[in-house]
Formats: sequence, structure tokens, C-alpha cells
Amino acid sequence: MAPRLEARDEARLAGAEGPAQQMATRVVTRLAAAMGAEELIDITGAHIDSCLYHGQAVLDFADRLADDGARVVVPTTLNVSSLDLLHPEHARGDPEEARASRRLMERFEEMGCRPTWTCAPYQLEVRPQFGEQIAWAESNAIVFANSVLGARTNRYGDFADICCAVTGRAPAAGLHLDEHRRATVVIRLDGVSAGLMERDVFYPVLGGLLGGLVGKAVPVISGLAPGVSEDRLKALGAASASTGSVGMFHMVGSTPEAPTLEAALAGHRPVEEVTVTAADLRGARDRLSTTTSDDLRTVSLGTPHYSVSEIGRLVELLGGRRVGDGVAFFVSTGRDVLHEVELRGWAGRLADAGVTMVTDTCTYFTPIIQDRTGTSMTDSAKWAYYAPGNLGLEVVFGSTEDCVESAILGRVVRDEGIWADA
Amino acid sequence: MPEAGPTPLVLVAGTASGKVLRLDEPLSFWGGVETLQGRIIDQRHPQVGEIVAGRILVMPFGRGSSSGSSVICEAVRAGTAPAAILMAERDDIIALGAIAADEIYGLVMPVVVLAPDDHDALLDGAAVTIGIDGTVSVPDSDTGIV
Repeated sequence: MAPRLEARDEARLAGAEGPAQQMATRVVTRLAAAMGAEELIDITGAHIDSCLYHGQAVLDFADRLADDGARVVVPTTLNVSSLDLLHPEHARGDPEEARASRRLMERFEEMGCRPTWTCAPYQLEVRPQFGEQIAWAESNAIVFANSVLGARTNRYGDFADICCAVTGRAPAAGLHLDEHRRATVVIRLDGVSAGLMERDVFYPVLGGLLGGLVGKAVPVISGLAPGVSEDRLKALGAASASTGSVGMFHMVGSTPEAPTLEAALAGHRPVEEVTVTAADLRGARDRLSTTTSDDLRTVSLGTPHYSVSEIGRLVELLGGRRVGDGVAFFVSTGRDVLHEVELRGWAGRLADAGVTMVTDTCTYFTPIIQDRTGTSMTDSAKWAYYAPGNLGLEVVFGSTEDCVESAILGRVVRDEGIWADA
Repeated sequence: MPEAGPTPLVLVAGTASGKVLRLDEPLSFWGGVETLQGRIIDQRHPQVGEIVAGRILVMPFGRGSSSGSSVICEAVRAGTAPAAILMAERDDIIALGAIAADEIYGLVMPVVVLAPDDHDALLDGAAVTIGIDGTVSVPDSDTGIV
């Protein structure tokens, strides 16, 4: 069924504002019909993932819009691309594809998008406020915006993101609407040690488990101490959006729409209640590794892009030591965060420690890692989930501490104690 | 959730004919299908190695990354996409890939949501035709209409 349109939408469909606005409005309207939306809503911001090159079609689409003079009408940020513009020496890919990637990036800049090149736009200085309607792409950013910021976005992706940004309109459906934001699945923790819940590594593992348990449902997690940090919620969300299709979660006492369990459920009974045990978590943690080989060649941190505080923690863990000679150590982050890191004087200390900073892109899909034999290590559930398939390498998932200690020793070592008595 | 409204529900309208490729499990196009030949490359999918190009792809629903839209659009451009996709649930990632291909190349890959029973009745290998209104006809069956 076709959505109810306003006069300005009808005018745009008739071509009153030119061919770019006409096509973008037609795409948003057709998408709204396919989703069963009754109307369109105004949005106040967008985050674009269409700037990542994967084939001629995305470039043709951007060319059509840009050639026809499309301009975004809301503040719009850009996700990672497949190139590190600040560090071109990292490039290992096909030069022809690199040219097409660069061209695609330029077209989005021409349309007025900000060249932020980060998958963590929520770490930029200006970010959406509670209740704002936005159109964000990139699964980890979507789950963070909905869950942690309380902004409202559906799971947008290629083509839809830029068409929403150009029109300032989006289908009134899914997580834009109250009734789809309440939790339907309750996740309770049973017998998990307080010690484990106080560790950073607990959160990506719980997120990885969550994605497999709930798919695309909205879960509420109960039983954790309130005030869980943004970095931890980010790791949890990114993992759940990789192993599953989670677009929003609640955590009682930590996310803004879940001051209480009852609030997250909005007065409804849950469809399902699931108890998570220490054994479940150990299983989820084991599924994030593809090898037991301790022959370490590469460490990759920063998926999603590391925050200033995560980089600060890394500097602290390194403690002036240097990674082993046979180990390449990468940290992916946004160029804005890197700037802040430079201002704080950490960039030199990281370089001295043998750490390579990667911006604008990420090591889990861009061919930056040269040596793909042996074992790669990461503290990111998302990296562990995707990199073996994308890059053809073997991975061991560990805590950030495990990654640092392993890099310094030159072989994989993990602190099993925190899991043994979890 | 299975479609509660009237079926067939046309997400992207068009006509097509071809042989059914019935998937046992939902497929993510991003990371799951390559676009040079239209081959299923997801090692975790039970039908890895099958070619989707030119087939009437029947699966309950899609899964995976929203980048699937651009893989579908790229496959339509390259001529390696399914002839049509028939599902039992709405899927905006799949619909969007087909909408984009229609917008920029004028190439239409119909996407239709069927009632669960009609969806289940489509057998692998059957030759079927999709009408502009989303009806599925099986020319050599007795009834002609699923």
C-alpha cells in the first residue's frame, strides 16, 4: 500500500525540485510502501554507508544523484570507506578499485556530506539528542543511536541512507515508532561472577551471544550494575548487530529508555525470557575464535573505531613497552579521534610502541594486513566475526589486555582465569 | 513475521519466469553471493555453490547486512541476479536493491511476498511465471495458479 504523502512530497515526485530530489523522493516512497509505512516523517540528521565501494552499482547511483545536483538537506556524516586517506601508504588493494572508491567518496562530499569517515559518528562532537528522528546506516552506529542515545533510526543501508538525507524524509516504520522500541525479550544473567561483569571483555562476548539469541528482536538486559559505560555498550551493540540483526537493546539502569525493567517493556509482558549462564558466555567467547594456534602475526583493535578513552586505556596498558618484532599492531579510529589523540601527546607514544594507527577505514574488510598466515588477535567481536571470511585469516578473540600482552610476547596468551570461575 | 495483510504483496512489481531455486535457509546477499556469476559463496549456507542467476529465488526471508541492497543491485546490473525473489515475509534490504536497479538501470527484478502456504507449495526446479500483480502461475500444473 502506498504511504500517505504531503503536498511537498507530491511536488517533488512531480519534479518541482529537479531530477535528483525527484528520484530520491521516489526511492524513499517506494521503500516506505515496501515496508508498509503509512506516511513519511521528517528527519534531522543522517549517517551514510553508501560511500563504501562494493561494485559499479553504488557508484552509478551516487553519480546519478550528484550529476543531477543532489544536496543533503540535513547534517550528514560519512561512514568508513575502503581507503585510508590520511595514511595512503597502508593501501594494498587493487589500484583500479581504489580509484573507483575515491571517486565514490568525492561524490558524497560533493553532495554536502561531512567527510568524517568513521563508523562511530556517535563519538563526534555533535551527536543526535534523545528522541531525534534520524536516518543512520552502519549496523553498530544504528544500535548505538537507538539504544544509548535514545535517537530513533531504522536499520538503513545503501541507497536509502542518501535518499533520506537528500529529502530529509524517512518511512514512518520500525524503530522510528514507539511500539517497535519496547523490549520483547528479557535477558537475565544467572551465576555470572561480578568479577567478569567488571571487565571490558564481558560486553562484546555478551553482545555476540545476544545477536544469536534474539535475531532482530529488541531485548532488555537485566541484572547488571547501573551506569555501564558508553564504550562497553558500544562493544555490546556492535557484536549483537554482527552475530544477529539487533537494531536496539535496552539495559536496565544504563540505557535511557530503560530506567526500570517495566519501562523497557512499556507495560507489556515479554514474548520470551532467556537466562544467560557463565557456560553460555564461555561458549560465545569460544565461537569468536577460529584457531588455537599461538603463532601471533597481527593484532587489530578499534572495530568499531576506538574512542579517545579506549586509546587512553591502550596507552596505559602498553606502559611504555614495545610490541614484538614479528607482530603488526593496528588500531582503527576516526580522524577526529586521532586529532584529539595527537593533542594529548599519545600519538608519539603509540608510534614508539610499534602501534600503527588506521583512519577512515577499518582492518576487517580493507586489505591493510599483509601477513595473513599465522594468527590474528582482536578485542572486537565484530572483527572476529567478519575478518576470517573477508580476509581469509585465522583469529583469536581476547580482552584488550590479552591482545597487548600477546603482542609484546609475540605469541597468543590469554588470561583464562576470569572465564574459568565466571 | 509472516505477512498479515492481503497476499500476494508486491514489494517491487514486474514480470518474470524461470525455474524455482528453493533455499533451505535465508541468505545474506552481502558476503553470501558473488556477482560475476551469481554463485552462493556463504560457506555456512547449505546450498553454497548454487547459482541464483536467472532463477526464481524462493526463501522465507532475507538475513544479514544492509549492504545486501547494493549486492542485489550490482547483480541485476551484471545480469547475474535472480529473475525474481519470492518470500514469506517483507524484507526491505532486498526490496531496496531491486528498487535501486529499477531507478538507475530500468531493470526490474520483481520482489513479492506470498502467503506461507503458497510459498511452501513452490517446489525446487518447477518452472513458474510471475505476473505484474504478483500472482505465481505454474504452467504445467493442473490448476495453473499457486
